[in-house]
Parts: sequence; C-alpha cells; structure tokens
Amino acid sequence: MVATFEPKKTYKVIGTRPIRHDGYDKVTGRALYGADLKLPGQVWGAVLRSPYAHANITRMDTSEAEKYPGVLAVVTAKDMPKAESKMVDLGEGTVNEKHEVDRIMASDKIVFRGQPVAAVAAVDRNTAEEAVKLIRVEYQPLQPVLTVEEAMAKGAPIILPDLVGDDLGEKVKKTNMAKHFRHEFGDVEKGFSQAKHIVERTFKMSMTHQGYIEPHNAVAMWDEDNRLRIWTGTQGAFAVRKQMAGILKLDESRVKVTPMEIGGGFGGKIPVYLEPIAALLSKKCRRPVKLVMERKAVFESTGPAPGGTLRVKVGVDASGKITAAASDMKLEAGGFPGSAVGAAAMCIYSPYNIPNTTIDGWDIVVNKPKSAPYRAPGAPQAHFAMESVIDELCEKGGWDPIDFRLKNSAKEGTRRGDGVKFGSIGNVDVLKAASRSPHWKSVLNKDTTDGKKRGRGIASGYWFNIGLKSAVTLSANNDGTVSLVEGSTDIGGSRASIAMQAAEVLGIPALDVRPTVADTEGVAYNDVTGGSRTTYATGFAAYEAAIKMVEELKARAARIWNQDPSDILFKDGVFSAKKDSELRLNFKELSKKLGETGGPVTVTGSVDLSTGGGAYGAHIVDVEVDTETGKVEILRYTIVQDVGKAIHPSYVEGQMQGGVVQGIGWALNEEYFMTKEGTMANSSFLDYRMPTTLDLPKIETVIVEVFNPGHPFGVRGVGEVPIAPPIAAIGNALHDALGVRLVETPFKPGRIMEALEAQSKAAAVKPKR
Amino acid sequence: MVHVKTTINGQPAEFLVPAYLSLLDTIREVVGLTGAKEGCLDGNCGACTVILNGRIVDSCLVLGAEANGGEITTVEGLATPDALHPLQQAFLEEAALQCGICTPGFLVSAAALLKREPKANEQRIRHWLAGNLCRCTGYDKIVRAVIKAEDMSSQLSKSKAKVAAKPTAKSSASPKASSVRSSGRSGSGRK
Ligand code: FES
Ligand code: FES
Repeated sequence: MVATFEPKKTYKVIGTRPIRHDGYDKVTGRALYGADLKLPGQVWGAVLRSPYAHANITRMDTSEAEKYPGVLAVVTAKDMPKAESKMVDLGEGTVNEKHEVDRIMASDKIVFRGQPVAAVAAVDRNTAEEAVKLIRVEYQPLQPVLTVEEAMAKGAPIILPDLVGDDLGEKVKKTNMAKHFRHEFGDVEKGFSQAKHIVERTFKMSMTHQGYIEPHNAVAMWDEDNRLRIWTGTQGAFAVRKQMAGILKLDESRVKVTPMEIGGGFGGKIPVYLEPIAALLSKKCRRPVKLVMERKAVFESTGPAPGGTLRVKVGVDASGKITAAASDMKLEAGGFPGSAVGAAAMCIYSPYNIPNTTIDGWDIVVNKPKSAPYRAPGAPQAHFAMESVIDELCEKGGWDPIDFRLKNSAKEGTRRGDGVKFGSIGNVDVLKAASRSPHWKSVLNKDTTDGKKRGRGIASGYWFNIGLKSAVTLSANNDGTVSLVEGSTDIGGSRASIAMQAAEVLGIPALDVRPTVADTEGVAYNDVTGGSRTTYATGFAAYEAAIKMVEELKARAARIWNQDPSDILFKDGVFSAKKDSELRLNFKELSKKLGETGGPVTVTGSVDLSTGGGAYGAHIVDVEVDTETGKVEILRYTIVQDVGKAIHPSYVEGQMQGGVVQGIGWALNEEYFMTKEGTMANSSFLDYRMPTTLDLPKIETVIVEVFNPGHPFGVRGVGEVPIAPPIAAIGNALHDALGVRLVETPFKPGRIMEALEAQSKAAAVKPKR
Repeated sequence: MVHVKTTINGQPAEFLVPAYLSLLDTIREVVGLTGAKEGCLDGNCGACTVILNGRIVDSCLVLGAEANGGEITTVEGLATPDALHPLQQAFLEEAALQCGICTPGFLVSAAALLKREPKANEQRIRHWLAGNLCRCTGYDKIVRAVIKAEDMSSQLSKSKAKVAAKPTAKSSASPKASSVRSSGRSGSGRK
C-alpha cells in the first residue's frame, strides 16, 4: 500500500521492483563473501582471547607456539605500533588511540572477556588453532564492573586508569564515566507544575548483539614494498582504510581495501577487529593471511548495542498536551568509551513537540565488549523508555494513543530534544496512516478459551538518518548500457536502488545500468554503508552523475546534428533537436555513436550532504501471552513508516520487516546474560535466541511517502527507523494484555511470570473495591 | 587422511581429507565450492545446510569422511545450465534475500522440503525452515518466495506432464530425485 503525498510525479524506473543486479550470484552460491576468498599462498590465522573480563597481563610466553610445526608467525601487542593516549579521528568521531589499539590487541590490561592478546598464522586453520593454545599468558584477575550502577558507585574499580571523563565540561580523573552531557530547553520545573498527570519510570536494558549471520573475516597481504591489501566483509572500505592507517601508522595511500560481499552488519561491521591482526601476521610471514572469527568470539568481543538504565518523566496537562519531559540515560559503552547515548538523546522526544525538556546522557565504561553501532544506535533504548511512559499517560488520561500522539506531534520547525529544528517531517502522516490501517481498525478478539491473554500496543519511533560523502562514476557503453561504479557496500539491495536512480534519469531500464562496488582505489571516497544513507546519498551521487551524462550526450548529439548543445532536448530517454523534429536518437542509438563524436563518455557525481532527512514509524502489534508459562506470541504486526520515496519497494519493505524482527528479538528474548565473572553465559545462537520463522507471523507494511526536499526523488533513509518502536510497542501490548508494565528487557517468560506474581500479590494485599 | 569417494551435485568426486575435517570445510576448502556458508560451526544457524543422502544436514556438524559413498547436493547443484531452480527464481522475484549469506542454506532446506512435500502450507514451511536463521529479512519474503516456488513448480510439472504424455517424449524425472527421509535437522533445539 503506497500513500503518496507530494509531489505527485510518475516515474518509469523508480517504484518498480526489478530483480537486483547481484541477485543471480547470490542465489547460486557464486557471490564471494570475505570467508570465500582463497589467494595463492594464503595461510590461516587464529586469535588467542582473554578468559577474564578484567585483569592485568603479567606475563606472556609465545615460544612454544613459535616452535609448533606449521606455524609461520606469532604476534602480540608488542608487534603493534606504539600508541599514545591521545585523541585521533579514525572516521567515526574521535577516539583515544591507545584505547583503539588495545581493543584490537591488549597490551597490558584486559577490559572485556574475549579481548585479543595474541595471534598465530599457520599453514592451515587447524594448525593455527592448535598453536594458539600453546601461548602462555599469566593474568592478575581484577574485580569486573558489569553495570552502570556498579561503575558509577563510589570506590568502584577503575577500568581505564588513563580515562579522563567529561562531566558537563569538567575534566574528571579516576572514573569509569567517560562523558556526561545535558540538553536543556524551556523550564521543566514550570512545565511539570502545569501538568495534571505525571509519570516517571526507570527502565533497564541488557546488551544485545547485531547478530549478523556472517562472522567477521579478513584477508591481509602486507608486501615487501610496505603496501597493505585487505579483503574483508565491511560496511565501509574507506573506513577500514582509515582505521588501518591510524592503528598501524601507515599512510592511507599504502592501504588498499577490497570490500567483499557482506553477510549482514547492522552497524557492527564498521569497526575493524581482525583486519589489523591479519595485517601484522602477514607482515611477519609475507603471505596472505586469512582470519575468520568464531561465533563465540563474535558475541564476546564485537559490537553489541549498549544496555543501561534509563529514567523518563513526562507531564501532561488536563487537555492532553505534554508540558514537560525530563530524562536521564546511562548507557554501557563497554570496555572503552563510546556508547550510542548521544544519538539516543537526539531521538528520545522526537515524535513530540514538548515546550520544556531536559536530557542527561552518560557514557559509562564497564567490563563488557566495546559497544558498536546497532541499527539506529540508541533509538530503541530511548523509545522503549519514552513510549512506555507515553502509553501509561494515555491510559491515565483516557486518551486514544494515536489521537494523543497527533495532538502532540512534532512538525516542521519543532525543536528536537538536542536543539535541532526539524525540517520537513512526516510524523503526522504516519500516525494518520496508522489510524487508517486495517490492523488499527480491526478489533482484537480477546476471548480465548485456553486462559491466554491478548493485547494490542502501539509505539512511535524516529531516526535522524545521515547524509555524508559519496561518489559514483558512470561510463556509457556503446550498446546503450551504462556501467556504474560506487563505493558503498551493498548490504541488502543497494546496488539496485542506486542503479535505478541513474536509470530513471537516463531513461533506460534498471537492468541496463550495471553497478559494481569498487575497492578504495577504484572509486573516490565514500562514507560507510550506515546511518541509512546509502540509497539516499550514494543514490544522490548517481543522480548527479546521470545528469552530467545526459549533458555530455546532448553535446554529442549536437555535434552529430550540427546543432547548438542548448538546442538539444532530452525527454523519456530520447534526444531530439529543438529546431528539427526529424532529428531524434534514443539513448541506445546515441550510445553507438560515441566513438565517432569524441570518444568514451565517463562522468562522476559526488555529494557531501549534511542531513539525511529524519523519518518516523508507528508500529501496531497484537500479542498473546500464555499466563501459565509466560511465553509471548506475536499474533499480528503492522509497520507504518515514512520512507520519503520508495525506490525499490520490495527492499524497502524488507528493511522494515527485518528491522522489526530484530526489535521483536530484542523485546522478547535477546540479551547478554552475564555471569558475575563477566562471562557472557549465552554466547551461541542456541542460547542467544534470535527469532526464527516459527516465532513470527507475516509482517504487514504500510509505506508512507512524504517527499524529502533534500533529495531529488524525495528519498529518506529507511533501514534504521523500523527497529526504534518494536520494544515499546510490544511492552505496551503486554500491558494491554496483562495490566503489568514491564520495565526491563527482554520480556522473557521468567520475567513475565515474576511480574504476574507481583501483580497477584499486590492484588491480595489491596483488594479491589 | 581419509580417502573419500562421493558424488557432489551429480559429479563423482574423490579426495583425501583429514579425519577431523567437517563436511563444511571439506566442501569449501578441499572441493572448493563456497556456496555453503559458515555462520556458527555449532549447528545453530543453518547457513551450512547441504543435502547428504537425501537428508538436510548442517554440514558443520558432519565429518567430511562421512560423505564417503554418499551423495551431496549443495546450492551450486540446484540450478541446471538452462534454468534456475524455481526456488532461486522465486527468491529473486520476491526479494527474499538482503545480504544473502543465509540464502544458500534456505534454498537447500526449502528444496528438500519441496521435493518431499510439494504443497506444504505456510505453517509447515515455517516449521521446516526454523533451523535456518536469517537476520536481515524477518523471514516474511522468504516464506512468500517458497510458496511462490511451489506454484511455479506445480505449473512446471503440469507442463512437463503434458510433454510426457506425447509418445516421443522422454521421462522428465530429475536425475537428482533422491527422496528426503527426515523431516528436520537434528540438534538445533529450535522447536
Ligand atoms: S555453520 Fe553450520 S549451522 Fe551454523
Ligand atoms: S539475508 Fe542476510 S541473513 Fe538472511
């Protein structure tokens, strides 16, 4: 279902559903992912990881491993270039150089379990895995710090002795608090004094993992000329290049990164993990070295989304207007600073227009894996807290949850919680579409015969989407097709969505544009595939290039026809002369004549966009709870989302559905279950329970298209918005079903049973009148 | 080293493998087919699914040596030189893949189901595919694609039956018509 608002414009290619260009390779098993690469002379590596979450390394002996037959190289932190404790920019904001190097391989201190301490390269995988076990490491275990509360407690063990915290601009030493910031607007005290209803609640969340099915992988070849080649499954080849250059102290031009096909990332494949280790091993043995991470290590040592504690307080006046909101969010950065709390603050109040607000955000270091971006980083946490409180207020005031959200909706010009004013946004359109959806209009049948309880919930969500830098090269072929070279990793169909935008401009079929994702020497700089920017920004670059190609082809036609280029028209894929209607050539016919009119045509488009056009979703969910076991079943789920313009609607729907299902997993099952020693007790796909086919119904999608004036076709980012609302929507549905408010994720059976027991105890003490 | 004689995607193959090597690594490293993927190495993701002697297995949980005397089908063996398998075609048309890392496993599992139960309903499909994890799609489009492939196959066999009815036509039975003996995978614990 597509509801178009503006502008009403018909397209030939955009909005259609062609088969994606890389599809045949991917359904036949031919596509080459990182782990599939086999270079001549390639050898295997293996990594030794810390069994402790918090410890000092007191001694290391690699001699046995070095002597093991088949071993070609052994590396430890001693082989890493010396890093200083200073701030450097490695492409994802500034980081402390020493922290970044220690995250790759620990030099003196362990700050999370699974942190690498040494690595081996050997003739085959088995030999490398056997040899790495022969490395002797002695540790002095320290008390692990596992929650934000423990980390901020007086006398807490200090995880990073060199950390200088920033407490509202003041420097703090001997702390686990990396940052505390505040956004403040209006007068919250006054706002709360005007409120009739105030709800304040504290929420707790566990870390969750991106859960991509493909483990991290890397192949490195560091040659005698000090040139380093990397092949890896990454969300950004240029980001890998920058990180490698920074960590290994090389000029960027010495590093060439080839992005292989990537098996999922969701933000987690932006940081490098194995690449520097493979590089160091290769430098020692001058062979291509391949590393593939074990699943356990993926869980224990790569980017989860932060857990933490969030407190939200919202006041509403008698008329149903929100008067004030105050929140504080303490998120777990993991072993090194850098949680998503800043982005959480940008999202938390975004569906609403609230005159008086404060947000306090804390970035807290704990002995868990360093958190990494995970699909709309910070937004699911922030919206879980906020949307649960909004639901409770609607119940208190007796307001319909959609009417309430419409009445308080953010619009163009509304100030976001961090101060930014919204441009054109589609929250109102989304809410209206939700209210018209078949799901919302249907009545949930709550009569069950088996004692199960049913409920319906709704929640809003927002993601700001980013723009940044992209470049695309187009070359015309003389058969009328066009080669497109881009630098954005295709993680879910973006070759198609980018090529389609060029095809639309050129007036040729989508499949006549042949896209290739190039390495870092085959295309100009591109930022990562992340922040929902790819179809938007790289598509914009493709549009620009296509416009230039049309101009160049007009000049060629002018030359053939002996006309002035300004007298050449281009419409619906046909070039014609203004002054002589007999003179017409379509794109294909003109392409054949490029050789005679000045040679090959190749053009480049490049963009640097400051925003991506924020977008909203509203999710409706029906749940059924087995009150005997606490198991929750999702009966029905509808996603309503503003996508700006759906270039390839099938992949837009796919993003929406995939994001929601990750959110369902986050809500119901997924968590880092930590022992008190700081070990993740469920570090396998068996125990870290992601949704399967059996756990889900069909997921309904309603695409809303509110033109984004910042993009020629009106595109907004799509991929991240859908993970923002599900946790809250499901929590609200559970409240509708059971009458209990769940304030800690995941809503696993045991937790639901506890909440029901507490409810019945409370009812026994205070009998209802 | 163990001497293995087997058939892979209809072709005879003979090689030596270390006794400890999994069937997955045997196929990927020794045979050189990289369609079957590594996702977990402990039988919980299904990215490595292949058909061994008519039965779907997580090839990371089987030894390469166990393939001796057997018959293996991987994703590379689903299409013929002339046509994609209906499942492959349906996955493309229905956009049933995003990153595509899970796709070989889903295709192989679903192919085994369709051979055994050509008209499996949605619930049955969801049950059968529960041992294959996909983190990108939310499964909706995968399930729709399998249903579409069922329709495509039944139309295909109808038109083949018409051809077969003519006296000159040869039998249209597939050369890889091994039957599927077991309904689910073992050891995944995802029921
Ligand atoms: S790799 Fe075999 S089931 Fe995951
Ligand atoms: S398409 Fe990425 S895991 Fe299924």
